[in-house]
Amino acid sequence: MPPALAIRGLVKRFDRPAVDGLDLVVRQGEFYTLLGPNGAGKTTTLRMVAGLLRPDAGTIHIHGIDALADPVAAKRCVAWISDEPMIYDKLTPLEYLEFVAGLWGVEAREAQTRAHELIGWLGLGAQATQRCEGLSKGMRQKVALAGALVHDPSVIILDEPLTGLDAGSARQVKGVLRERVANGGTVIMTTHILEVAERMADRIGVIAAGRLIAQGTLAELRDQAGRGAASLEDTFLALVAEQAAA
Amino acid sequence: MSHPGTLVWFARHESRLAWRDWLAMMTAGGRWHTRSVAIICIIVLVALHLLALSMVGRFAGLIEPDRTALVVITGCALLAWSLMLSQALESVTRAFYTRADLDLILSSPVAARKMFAVRMATMALSISAMALLLAAPFINVLAIGGGAHWLAAYGAVAALGAIAAAVALALTVALFRAIGPRRTRLIAQILAAVIGAAFVIGLQVVAIVSADTTPTGAALSRYAVLGTDAVLSLAPAADSLVWWPARAILGEIGVLTVFLATSLAVLLVAILLVARNFADHVIAASSLAQSAPKPTGSARAFRQISPKRMLRRKEWTLLKRDPWLVSQTLMQLLYLLPPALLLWRSFGSGGAAATLIVPVLVMAAGQLAGGLAWLAISGEDAPDLVATAPVKASEIVAAKIEAVLGAIVFAFAPFVLALAFISAWHALTAIVGVLTAAAGATAIQFWFRAQARRSYFRRRQTSSRVATFAEAFSSIAWAATAALAAAGTWLALVPGAFGLIVLTGTRRLSPRGA
Repeated sequence: MPPALAIRGLVKRFDRPAVDGLDLVVRQGEFYTLLGPNGAGKTTTLRMVAGLLRPDAGTIHIHGIDALADPVAAKRCVAWISDEPMIYDKLTPLEYLEFVAGLWGVEAREAQTRAHELIGWLGLGAQATQRCEGLSKGMRQKVALAGALVHDPSVIILDEPLTGLDAGSARQVKGVLRERVANGGTVIMTTHILEVAERMADRIGVIAAGRLIAQGTLAELRDQAGRGAASLEDTFLALVAEQAAA
Repeated sequence: MSHPGTLVWFARHESRLAWRDWLAMMTAGGRWHTRSVAIICIIVLVALHLLALSMVGRFAGLIEPDRTALVVITGCALLAWSLMLSQALESVTRAFYTRADLDLILSSPVAARKMFAVRMATMALSISAMALLLAAPFINVLAIGGGAHWLAAYGAVAALGAIAAAVALALTVALFRAIGPRRTRLIAQILAAVIGAAFVIGLQVVAIVSADTTPTGAALSRYAVLGTDAVLSLAPAADSLVWWPARAILGEIGVLTVFLATSLAVLLVAILLVARNFADHVIAASSLAQSAPKPTGSARAFRQISPKRMLRRKEWTLLKRDPWLVSQTLMQLLYLLPPALLLWRSFGSGGAAATLIVPVLVMAAGQLAGGLAWLAISGEDAPDLVATAPVKASEIVAAKIEAVLGAIVFAFAPFVLALAFISAWHALTAIVGVLTAAAGATAIQFWFRAQARRSYFRRRQTSSRVATFAEAFSSIAWAATAALAAAGTWLALVPGAFGLIVLTGTRRLSPRGA
């Protein structure tokens, strides 16, 4: 069984190297969280995986599909959600979901059933036929999440999905993601909320200066950082400081 | 050194922001050197002076302050004033609805009315400055050829700017009170666009309607209409207040002084009255975003359509549901009213009028397609979503181009169809011209695409000066080609070749062609 995501020697330079020879493997059915200081290359990495940026070097395979050689096939099984909800103000949530389902070629009847389920599941029933322009940030984030799920992707990539969400919405989103993983889906997420990574992730990767400096379960990361029973925050800061000093 | 919170302190703050905004606009966000911009400004100023010389140079020494001159100058002043009012309405509406620093100002312990008063004065100043900049070449040419008394026109233009700002403030606040903040934004912006176009269109309509009343039966130029006996007989007596702006422009110092003083007083009163309640209006406008949206309809069954068709449908739905964008993009169609009128009056009269209509249609199609293409290609509000969809990039682009061309066909088909009843050849040249101009403008927008919010539509020109000029030159070239082709001359190949050169050159200058 090929991994959900396999990255080898990934490089992306802007003014300076943003991602510098990154190797990363995420297994199917795994909840993987990427941590790193600001500017470490987390978002750039995920944008390359989602097909939003072209790498300067390296390979990306999603479920064994070469995402650089056959991007359309790779995109079929991926959903991308950024920290800024990308939805159309003048469409209603239902129309938005119909649009997304249409782009991914989901059969109309199936898409409609799934869209109504998601709308109900995420508590968007009252807003289903209202234009998105009047929705709060949390609601917009939920609509974007529904859009990501409506085509039933096997890999969901999220960049800071909990930014700006209230406690109730954040819990709902976390519940949805956990459910996906329980059903065999793969979730790859960046976050600055270390508590979320600590509680939800099967494995955590730490990126600094465009490279993966540590990876594993929380216990494995503690071992790598040489910190017995420290919190993830202490472990993370120790790993990043170690990398900066090197 | 001024004390914080005083009028002078606010004025310094505003002028610094305005200067940096202007500089960023002129240097395309710092991409161009200030020296290059200065050289371009000088070239443009010289070109404007030459243009003014060709238009008004021969009249400079001949204009007598008679009734005809008063009517024509008043007409021109009204035309300029309508454009100033349009710009002022747009600025006032933006000041009400753009959040920017308003949260900071309203939450600070300073008297917000002072800041708003300064902001409104700055607005009036910028409107007058822009009008003076555009009027300067004409005034200078008239002053050189006709005497220094024409320099009084500078004062008159400044006075007209002040009145335009005052009227815009009063009108916007009146709309706010009458129809509420939600509708005011849309109505004021549509009003601004319509007012900007109305006078030009009105003059053209009068010229067309008057065609049969002239001895030759020929349509008059838009300014010649103002000098006809019919218009002169309707004009008020020479001592009427109506002529004061014209008399001020003609250099009557006494009239100019009173006109300028009165307009400044009117502006001051408007600012003082509006500034007092400005904060309330801003708060009312800001509460719009927090009010619950109304349902737009019931859920309907999903339809099974291809991704390309889904993209096209999305573009049309977004455009249809945004009245402001509709008003902005379809404003070009307002300019089609005079040719439509000419078309209507020309049934059965042969191809002479049709030849005039073809280039107008082609020009309008180019401009409209440029706007729509920017919305579809650069103004994509969910770029990541579309880019991560399992659809080939070429198919996405094709769908967007089809959406633009579809809208063009929808807008222009009735005109071309009507034209076909007059002359099949003219209709054919119009079809080819409209599609070529639309394709050219769309291609330019595609080559210079840069992701932006749809709400930045009005400021799209600032993202690339090259694209803006190329779009205009391309539309002009195809309009000229269509006009000459409609007239049945091989000379059409000359502007056609120029159009191709413009497109080829633009492609090479574009970030994707370099």
